[in-house]
Amino acid sequence: MDYIPNILFAIILILGIGFFVKNIKKLIRNIKLGQDTVVSDNKSQRWENMAMIALGQSKMVRRPISGFLHVVVYVGFIIINIEVLEIIIDGLFGTHRIGLSVLPKSVYGFLIGTFEVLACFVFVAVTIFWIRRNILKLARFWNSEMTSWPKNDGNFILYFEMVLMSLFLIMNATDLHFQSLNSGNVISQYIAPWFLGLSEGTLHFIERGAWWIHIVGILIFLNYLYYSKHLHILLAFPNTYYGNLKPKGQFNNLEAVTKEVKMMMDPTADPFANPVEGEEEETPAKFGASDVQDLNWVQLLSAYTCTECGRCTSACPANLTGKKLSPRKIMMDTRDRLEEVGKNIDTNKGEFKDDGKQLLGDYITHEELWACTTCNACVEECPVSIDPLSIILEMRRYLVMEQSAAPVELNNMMTNIENNGAPWPYNQMDRLNWKNE
Amino acid sequence: MSELLKVPTMAEFMAQGKQPEVLFWVGSAGSFDDRAKKITRAFVKILNKANVEFAVLGTEESCTGDVAKRAGNEFLFQMQAVTNIEILNAYEIKKIVTCDPHSYNCLKNEYPSLGGNYEVMHHTQFLKELINSNRLDIKESDYKGKQITFHDPCYLGRANSEYDAPRDVLNNLNANLVEMKRSKAFALCCGAGGAQMFKEPEKGDKDINELRTEDALKTNPEIIATACPYCMTMMTDGVKVKEKENQIKVMDIAELIASSQNL
Repeated sequence: MDYIPNILFAIILILGIGFFVKNIKKLIRNIKLGQDTVVSDNKSQRWENMAMIALGQSKMVRRPISGFLHVVVYVGFIIINIEVLEIIIDGLFGTHRIGLSVLPKSVYGFLIGTFEVLACFVFVAVTIFWIRRNILKLARFWNSEMTSWPKNDGNFILYFEMVLMSLFLIMNATDLHFQSLNSGNVISQYIAPWFLGLSEGTLHFIERGAWWIHIVGILIFLNYLYYSKHLHILLAFPNTYYGNLKPKGQFNNLEAVTKEVKMMMDPTADPFANPVEGEEEETPAKFGASDVQDLNWVQLLSAYTCTECGRCTSACPANLTGKKLSPRKIMMDTRDRLEEVGKNIDTNKGEFKDDGKQLLGDYITHEELWACTTCNACVEECPVSIDPLSIILEMRRYLVMEQSAAPVELNNMMTNIENNGAPWPYNQMDRLNWKNE
Repeated sequence: MSELLKVPTMAEFMAQGKQPEVLFWVGSAGSFDDRAKKITRAFVKILNKANVEFAVLGTEESCTGDVAKRAGNEFLFQMQAVTNIEILNAYEIKKIVTCDPHSYNCLKNEYPSLGGNYEVMHHTQFLKELINSNRLDIKESDYKGKQITFHDPCYLGRANSEYDAPRDVLNNLNANLVEMKRSKAFALCCGAGGAQMFKEPEKGDKDINELRTEDALKTNPEIIATACPYCMTMMTDGVKVKEKENQIKVMDIAELIASSQNL
């Protein structure tokens, strides 16, 4: 009978991790729905970016207040999670504070003391985050895309962290043996008096309760990630690794177009020639993107990485002047649609059945796409190297090259370029007239 | 009709069997937009003054295709690019300078994979080089002590991380250079990029150039300096919207340098 808690713990642990792994597999499958793109250049630069931007949070501190608070939560959360190791060992083997039996009391006390202080900092930082979102109502958390789930998600994460930190401190405060050691109870010694007068049995019950809810809470939080913007704590690492290294102004040249253009410019090419025998007959490429499968997998990875902080949108000139475009919404829409496509595949036994919907039109409107100035402010702002502009461009390409659906003025401009080599209706022969004016 | 400028074409250089030091890519705006033509002329005056052996393509130049690419028309862009590259390569061009950050970005970053490999400079980078090598001597200028704020063009700044060259050139004027709150990597776009120049903006509560002009006005400038023909249009309009055109001038860095030397 003594083994029941251990067995229960093992089952919960296996279920928690198993379910998480299942979702991660789904996540990877969904990302792989994107077009292939090879990112194998400049490995050392990429590792450096990951170390600096994801691990080192270098772009977070651009905005000092939120940046500093984020670093506190980030460092706190990572370091405190070392404690989870002890919890798991204790849970599996029925030990209590295994750390005390392998480490000298002073070292153990130092570790737990550090965790307690960090837990306290995290709690304070998270509370300030909550105030910024809900009381101060920072503009970027109140854009039109930040209603319902995204808004709740942001707050749920904060509540989760508050509760987890509190449980950790309560667990320590009600642990009579730990308190009696008087080593490492830096914060919990001030919480212990709140429970004064309770019987030893009650205290033990509270301690066990906090311990169990804490570890179960962590497992729930782990599984919550997949459904939440909080996925960024994992995906920020690959995303900063695969982030764009070229100058931001450089847009990729479509190879499929290059082939056709070269053929058009080649006077010896015969457009009606039969394909050379043995050469693979190519399906004509689709230009640009109308749905998530047309985007490349790095763009889809970015959509899952986005933590909806809205720094991009708060720097977007179109959004700042009241236009519908919000780079954050571009990423959120991409993720939502990708999730929808993924669920479609799940319900249709591994095959996507046309649902009459697509990213373009059903999620992202033409109006949003045409409002972009391609200024790269969103790209510059993103703390995890997301490039919303690349998605906007792919969708513009689809609109123009597959649907001829550019605004009339732009069609005029492009006709001018075709006819006279300038976006205005001036004759190319007049190009040097400025010289004598 | 103003004084005559020396503007030799590549065809003329070719006829003499010579190569210029640099090709001046004028760009569509620099060729046809009335305001931008003044920037073109100012830059040529500086080139003439500094005895730079440059040439233009003249009527052989065509739109880089940049704006078509940003609008999503990759076909048109590549047609333009391939056509231009054919001419540039036929003339064996090695080095290009342009006053338009959009042409600069396009030629520098997007032409190479289509077969066009050149050393491309923005005119502020070229001016900086002329000054540093003492080919261009900036004497006492009329702009000494004047309050100037510089608006970073997106395609020079964020797109290509060039924030210093325009500022270094401006510093030669001994003016009082004041930064806007949003500047360099975090500068606000003027509103013309991504083909917006050629269309009406989407519905909103303000035009982008007005917001950017407000940024500039907060620095109490006498002059708003730009380094892009499209930024020029947008900022000039913005200043007009704010009814400040009598107090505040919008000038390209090339114009500031040229006029400081009474060119």
